[in-house]
Amino acid sequence: MLRNARLLAAFLSMIFLAVPLAPALSAEISPATFGRLAADEFSETATAIDEVAASGAPNAQAILEALGSARLFFDPTNKKIYIGGTGTVTDAATGTSVAAPTGLQTVRVNNRLRRAIENALGTLTLLSSDPAKRRAAADALFKSRDASALPALESALKSEQNAGVQRLFAEARAAILLGQPDTPRADIIDSITLLKARGDIGAIATLRSLSDKAAPDLRQMANEAVASIENRLKMLSYVQNIWYGLSLGSVLLLAAIGLAITFGVMGVINMAHGEMVMIGAYTTFVVQDLIRTRAPHLFDWSLPIALPLAFVVAGLVGIAIERGIIRFLYGRPLETLLATWGVSLILQQAVRSIFGPNNREVGAPSYMSGAFDFMGLSITWGRMWIIVFTLCVFFALLAALKWTSLGLYMRAVTQNRRMAGAMGIRTPMIDALTFGLGSGLAGIAGVALSQIDNVSPNLGQSYIIDSFMVVVFGGVGNLWGTLVSAMALGVANKFLEPFAGAVLAKILILVLLILFIQKRPRGLFALKGRAVEA
Amino acid sequence: MITKVIVSRFDGMGLIFLGVMAVVAIFVPLSNLFIPESSFLHVPTYVMALVGKYLCYAILAVSLDLVWGYCGILSLGHGAFFALGGYAMGMYLMRQIGSRGVYANPLLPDFMVFLNWKELPWFWYGFDKFPFAFFMILFVPGLLAFIFGWLAFRSRVTGVYLSIITQAMTYALLLAFFRNDMGFGGNNGLTDFKDILGFNVQAQGTRATLFFLTALTLILVYLIGRWMVTTSFGKVLVAIRDAESRTRFLGYRVEHFKLLVFTVSAAMAGLAGALYVPQVGIINPSEFSPANSIEAVIWVAVGGRGTLVGAAVGAVLVNFMKSVFTTGFLAPYWLFLLGAIFIGVTLALPKGIVGTLNDLAGKWRRRPVREASIPRLAE
Repeated sequence: MLRNARLLAAFLSMIFLAVPLAPALSAEISPATFGRLAADEFSETATAIDEVAASGAPNAQAILEALGSARLFFDPTNKKIYIGGTGTVTDAATGTSVAAPTGLQTVRVNNRLRRAIENALGTLTLLSSDPAKRRAAADALFKSRDASALPALESALKSEQNAGVQRLFAEARAAILLGQPDTPRADIIDSITLLKARGDIGAIATLRSLSDKAAPDLRQMANEAVASIENRLKMLSYVQNIWYGLSLGSVLLLAAIGLAITFGVMGVINMAHGEMVMIGAYTTFVVQDLIRTRAPHLFDWSLPIALPLAFVVAGLVGIAIERGIIRFLYGRPLETLLATWGVSLILQQAVRSIFGPNNREVGAPSYMSGAFDFMGLSITWGRMWIIVFTLCVFFALLAALKWTSLGLYMRAVTQNRRMAGAMGIRTPMIDALTFGLGSGLAGIAGVALSQIDNVSPNLGQSYIIDSFMVVVFGGVGNLWGTLVSAMALGVANKFLEPFAGAVLAKILILVLLILFIQKRPRGLFALKGRAVEA
Repeated sequence: MITKVIVSRFDGMGLIFLGVMAVVAIFVPLSNLFIPESSFLHVPTYVMALVGKYLCYAILAVSLDLVWGYCGILSLGHGAFFALGGYAMGMYLMRQIGSRGVYANPLLPDFMVFLNWKELPWFWYGFDKFPFAFFMILFVPGLLAFIFGWLAFRSRVTGVYLSIITQAMTYALLLAFFRNDMGFGGNNGLTDFKDILGFNVQAQGTRATLFFLTALTLILVYLIGRWMVTTSFGKVLVAIRDAESRTRFLGYRVEHFKLLVFTVSAAMAGLAGALYVPQVGIINPSEFSPANSIEAVIWVAVGGRGTLVGAAVGAVLVNFMKSVFTTGFLAPYWLFLLGAIFIGVTLALPKGIVGTLNDLAGKWRRRPVREASIPRLAE
């Protein structure tokens, strides 16, 4: 208790000194403290530990850590303290590296001192100038609920300026108070309210730790708080599953959207669709590679630059495939399937020959990395931009089909090829352009997928089956159906995962899809028509 | 009279094929066992193993041709039936290892001991008896095909939709067999076999016998297939291929025909897989990969679909090229070649090698070629 009081006093004096200069703590460890350490007596060392911790000196942590791991030495002749390194040692007072003097002795510690060191280290970071460190210290205290740190915590709480960190400090204090048998009733009520507001798993554990001696109505209150937090967490996990599902769904939609054009609108089975995605991803890689070597400051622009390029490159490859192969096979879907599979093998091997068989590194621009917290959900920027981007592509495509002349021609050719031809539309050119559009969309998808998947020659293969399932499930020839089916499959997958595991969830989805197709062979939103067989 | 009936069931190609196969079936094993190595006529063991593998693929191709060439069902799931048959055989072979495994557990295969399993899963019971295992080799792929086909054909899933869902089926099985808790050895699969029916799998005599049995099975499968397609049943199949609705309107229960041929074909594919496993010594989930199934389709296309003989020829030819191209300095070009085969055959040689040869022979003889031997392109 005495030690705590002294610590508190030291803290308070230090705070008075430091607040005007905050957060830079420029205090130093007094020579007297070093003298205590050099005395190598357990009681003196204990005092020294408190003094070091209270000093707020920048090297305090290093000294305490060295002491804890028996790397703190003293020179019996001149009572200087050194921190041990390999070969050289550091003078603890000045911080300069010197060759180790002969006759150094270790400052001894026992278990009681080690505990004191740990506590001191914990409280030390409460006063760190780095908010992230203060957060970490608060979290550690919240978990450990170490009562001895309470005075230090309370003083840190008073001086804290950052609102977020202040709340964490208050929560840590509440957690400690709940565990103490002699906490006043009002404080317990405050603590429970605070923890209820925090509302995470740690808060539940803390609330359950409420002392058995607490009054029954307080225990009742804590139980209610636990129940409410659990409810909230359950809701949160549903929301999170939906979010992850939408995220997966948007990836599926991106991969499938080009296919919805080539397969859904044109009726061409393009097994090389996945390779168009791959080409898009490799285009991103090449763009980033050029930017890295030629103009590193443009790195954040690499994705916007890669998007149109990927569209053009994949689109041109698509047009070449259509003109070179597919146009000879219209009306023979099974042959188209085989021929485009051949194309996919050739493209894969070509990419493997050019770029090598290994994964290629595609970096994330600054706005794609990191995460933000939204109502207790941790949302990564990358995922969010992909969802936004997918929806943009989707609606842009809808608009293009509806309002551009190319879109008009495309719809005309799909609905009645001969009549469209009779009206003067050059149907072969429209075929090529439609196929190019579908392939180009796949290329754009590749740019986005390069951010979340490995860019390797096999990239496309992992998407081809999923893409076909999305299009077939949604109903061929119906873009809205594709949107709904991609999102539904994504969400269903993520809801199955907690029960079944990732792989089994995927298997279940595939089996369900196969069964679904038996029930509705033309998908969710089938185009209605009179044809006996398409 | 009877011989005349039998002969009339075969076109020229079929007779040549049967003749060649009979020679191969008898000559290769005998040569491997009894002709001294120095001799020009000696067939080394590795060649025999390679050709044995090709013949297994040929059986798979014939079974696929039966459904695709004659009934227009482009199954991208035959690799799965092949692998299921292989796994059934692999399970029998695993049980034969007994206590000679690394962990010397008399009941559990090594991988189960490794995964700390205490008892044999129920679906492994009975696989220590060969008759049961043999039954399962035919039954499991057949049953899967029956259920799958019953659902798909009844709801009239046809054409590319059927292809896509068969591919999804294969893919789902691939994922499932990769899981360790499925009880099929996870991604390592089943391997390290010792005995088959009491004979050492590695022994030269066993290998020669297996080769002979494979060749014999190919002949048998061809005969069954040929019998199916030359009877009136086969005519209905071709009718379904060329005009499904019209056949249905004529009063045939199209789905029953499709279901029967699909199930028989799957059982044949399972048999091929079962013969394949002891010869290559391993079965693992990669056999389920959708690419394998598509490759099998291209064998049939290369040889000529709707000919049965062509399927076998295509399987052997493409796999021979694969063997040549995937070794040595040519290795990087194999996928280019395979891709080119896919494109070239569909664009330039839609009838395949045997189909084209049949056409040429027909022109040369200046007489109409018999209908059954010519594949007409399915719409």
